[in-house]
Amino acid sequence: MKKHTIVALVQDRPGVLSRVVGLIRRRGYNIESLAVGHSETPGVSRMTIVVEWEDVEQVVKQLYRLIEVLKVSDVTNDPIVEREMALMKLHAPPSKRPEIVALTEVFDAKIVDVGANTMVIEMTGSPAKVQNFVDVIRPYGIKEMMRTGRIAMVRGARGHNAEEYVENANGHAERVPVMN
Amino acid sequence: MSEKRTGAQVMCEALIRNGVEVMFGIPGGAIMPFYHAMWEYRDKLRHVLCRHEQGAGHAAEGYARATGRLGVCIGTSGPGATNLVTPIADAMMDSVPLLAITGQVASHVLGKDAFQETDITGITMPITKHNYLVKRAEDLPYVFEEAIYIATTGRPGPVLIDVTKDAQQATIVPDWNIKLDLPGYKPNYRPNLKQVREAIKLILSAKKPLIIAGHGIIMSGAVEELRAFAERTRIPVITTLHGIGAFPEDHPLSIGMPGMHGWVHVNRAIQECDVLFNIGGRFDDRVTGKASTFAPNAKVIHVDIDPSEIGKNVKVTVPIVADARLALQAFLNEFPPDNEAFAELHGHASDWMEHIREMQAKHQPKQQYLNRADTENMSLPPHDVYAALTKALNSRGNYRVVTDVGQHQMWAAQLIDWYRPRTHITSGGAGTMGFAVPAALGVAIAHPNDTVWVICGDGGFQMTNQEMATIVQEGIKNIKIAVINNGYLGMVRQWQELFENKRYSGTPLSGPDFAKLAEAYYWKGITVEHTSQVEAAIEEAYATDGPVLIDFRVEREVNVFPMVPQNKSISEMILESPHRS
Repeated sequence: MKKHTIVALVQDRPGVLSRVVGLIRRRGYNIESLAVGHSETPGVSRMTIVVEWEDVEQVVKQLYRLIEVLKVSDVTNDPIVEREMALMKLHAPPSKRPEIVALTEVFDAKIVDVGANTMVIEMTGSPAKVQNFVDVIRPYGIKEMMRTGRIAMVRGARGHNAEEYVENANGHAERVPVMN
Repeated sequence: MSEKRTGAQVMCEALIRNGVEVMFGIPGGAIMPFYHAMWEYRDKLRHVLCRHEQGAGHAAEGYARATGRLGVCIGTSGPGATNLVTPIADAMMDSVPLLAITGQVASHVLGKDAFQETDITGITMPITKHNYLVKRAEDLPYVFEEAIYIATTGRPGPVLIDVTKDAQQATIVPDWNIKLDLPGYKPNYRPNLKQVREAIKLILSAKKPLIIAGHGIIMSGAVEELRAFAERTRIPVITTLHGIGAFPEDHPLSIGMPGMHGWVHVNRAIQECDVLFNIGGRFDDRVTGKASTFAPNAKVIHVDIDPSEIGKNVKVTVPIVADARLALQAFLNEFPPDNEAFAELHGHASDWMEHIREMQAKHQPKQQYLNRADTENMSLPPHDVYAALTKALNSRGNYRVVTDVGQHQMWAAQLIDWYRPRTHITSGGAGTMGFAVPAALGVAIAHPNDTVWVICGDGGFQMTNQEMATIVQEGIKNIKIAVINNGYLGMVRQWQELFENKRYSGTPLSGPDFAKLAEAYYWKGITVEHTSQVEAAIEEAYATDGPVLIDFRVEREVNVFPMVPQNKSISEMILESPHRS
C-alpha cells in the first residue's frame, strides 16, 4: 500500500469531519495525519488527509458521494509544498541549553518558552525536516510533543480556489421526473 | 405572511408540500409533538401505525419501491430510532428514496444520556445518503426540503432527520422561501455525448454483445427506451435481480437473470461475450462472482448515475455517468439513422442469440421444473407452488410480488414470469430477512387495486409477521402471503449441505401453525401439504375478500440451482446436488 496525500474542500457544517473519517474507517485504514481548517472562502474548510491506502481512486469517488464534499484531489504525485508544525517540551537543565539552542538554530526552529528545567520549541517545516529534528532532539528528553499533521498545497497556478465551488452552486441540479 | 406554527406543524406542512401522502411509524415520548400535530393534517397525511419500527421502515420502502416516490417512516428517539437502522441500511444498499424522521431528546439534555437518548445521526451516518440533527424549529423548512431533494434525486437513497423535542414544540413563523444551497451535490443526469458515440462504435463492432439491465432502468423509468434500444440493436438482454421487470421476459431478446443463481446460459454468455453493456446495474458480487474472472473477453460499457460505481468491481472501457433513461435516449438519438450500419451487428447478434438459446435449451428446462425423477417421492416440491402461482398471476394480472430473502426469493426470481417494472419487489443488496411482510403493507397501500403476493420463507416470516395486525387495522385486503415453509433457514442449510458436509448448525427451524397464527390475526389461513391442493388454495386466496396466508409445507431439503459458490467464477456453476447422479 502506498501513502497518499488527499486534499479536500468541504462545507463547514457539523458532522462533515465525522463523515469523511467514517468513510476511511469503514475500510479499516488508519489515518496517519489529518488537518482541517478554514479555507480562503467563508463556509468552506480545507482538509489534508494522509493515509496508506490501496484503490485511492475509489475512495476519492466515494468521498464525492458525501453531500458536503466539494472537491477532492489526490496530490501525492503533484509538485506540492508540505508543512507540519511540532511543539516539543524538552527536558532542558541549564547545562544542556547551549547544545539545544545550537540545534534549534541549525534547524530554523524557535524557542517559544523557557522554564526552570524545560524549554518549548516550535518546529515548522516539511514533514521530513520536522521528523529529522525530532530524531535529533529526542536524546535530550522530550517530555511532551504535539504535531499538527501535515498540510499540503500544490505549487504554482494549479490548485483549486474554494470560491468557484460555492459560486457554481446557484441553481441546483435539475430534477428529472420519473415516469412509471 | 405566514402564520405562527409549531415545529411539528412545520414538519407536517413540509411533507405535504413535497407530495407526501402516507407515513409509517410508531409514536413515543420524543416524537409526540409531531404526532400531536399530524392529527390536524390527517386528511392529507395518512399515518399507518406499525407494530415495530423495522416494519414501518420496510413498509415505507415497499411504498417507495412500488411507486418511485418517497417513502416516509417515523420512530421516536432511542430504541425507536435504532429499530429503523435495518430498513435504512436496506434502502441504502438498494437505492430506495426513504425519509426517516426520528424524535430526539430535548436539545438541553443532548449528550447527557437522557432517557431514550441515542446518537442516531452518528449511528446512521454510514448507512444514509445524508442525515440531519435539527435543534431549532427555524431550520425545519430548509432541512426537510433539502433532505427530500437529496433522497429522491441522483442515485436515490435514505435520509434521516433527527428532530429534538424542543424544536418540534417551539413556535415560529416558518420561512418557506427556500433556496437550496448544495454546492457539493450536483448529480449528473445527462450523458457525455462523446462517450455515447464511443460506446456506439464499440457496440456496432461487437460480435457477441450483451445488455445487462439493472435497477437503474426501473428507477429512471427507462423501460420503453431499453426496449427500443434492444430492438434496434437486437442485443440479448439480461435482467439482474433488481432489473427484473425492466424488460419483459417473453420478449424474444430476453434471456434471464445472471449471477449466483442465474441461468447457466446467461452466465456462460457473459463469459463469452465481447461487449457488455451494463445500464443501471452496479456489478454486485452476486452478479459477478469472483470479479477478476468476470466476462474476461468483454469490453465493458457502464452507465451509472453514481460515479463511484464506475470501475468499482469491474474494469470499464467506456464509462458513462448519467441517468439511465437520458443515456438510452442519447443512444437512440446518436445511432446511425439507417439500418445499414446495423446490418453486420444484426447478423452477429442473431448467430449469437442462436448459440445462447442452444445453451438455454440444454440446461434450463431441467432446472426450471426440477428433475421430475427427483421429485417422485415428494408430496410438495416447492417448484409446484411457483408453477401454480405463475399460472394464477398470468391469468389474473394486476399483481405485485414481494419476496423476502433466501431460497424462496431465488426461486421466485427464476421461476415466475416477469413483465412489468415494480412488480417484483425484494431486498437485494442488504438481503434483509423479514423484509417482505411489512414491505407488502407499503406496496398494498400504494397499489390498492393490485393483488400483492408475499412470497417468503418460514424463517423471514417469523421475523416480522407482527405487521399482519397492522394490515388488518388498516383494512387492507389485497395481500396474500405464501409461506414456502421447509422448516429450515433454507439457503444457509443449502450451503451447509454443499460446502460444510451437511452440518446443519443452527438451521433447523420450527414455527407455530402458520394458518392458525393467521386466523389469530383475523386473516384466513390455509395449510397446503400436497401438490394436488396448491391450485385450490391459490383460488381460495383470490376468492377471499381479505388477507390470506397459505402455509405451503414444501419438501424440506430442495436446493436452488444453478449455483455459483461464493467468490468463484461464474463459469463454475453447480447444477445439481452432488449426491444425486
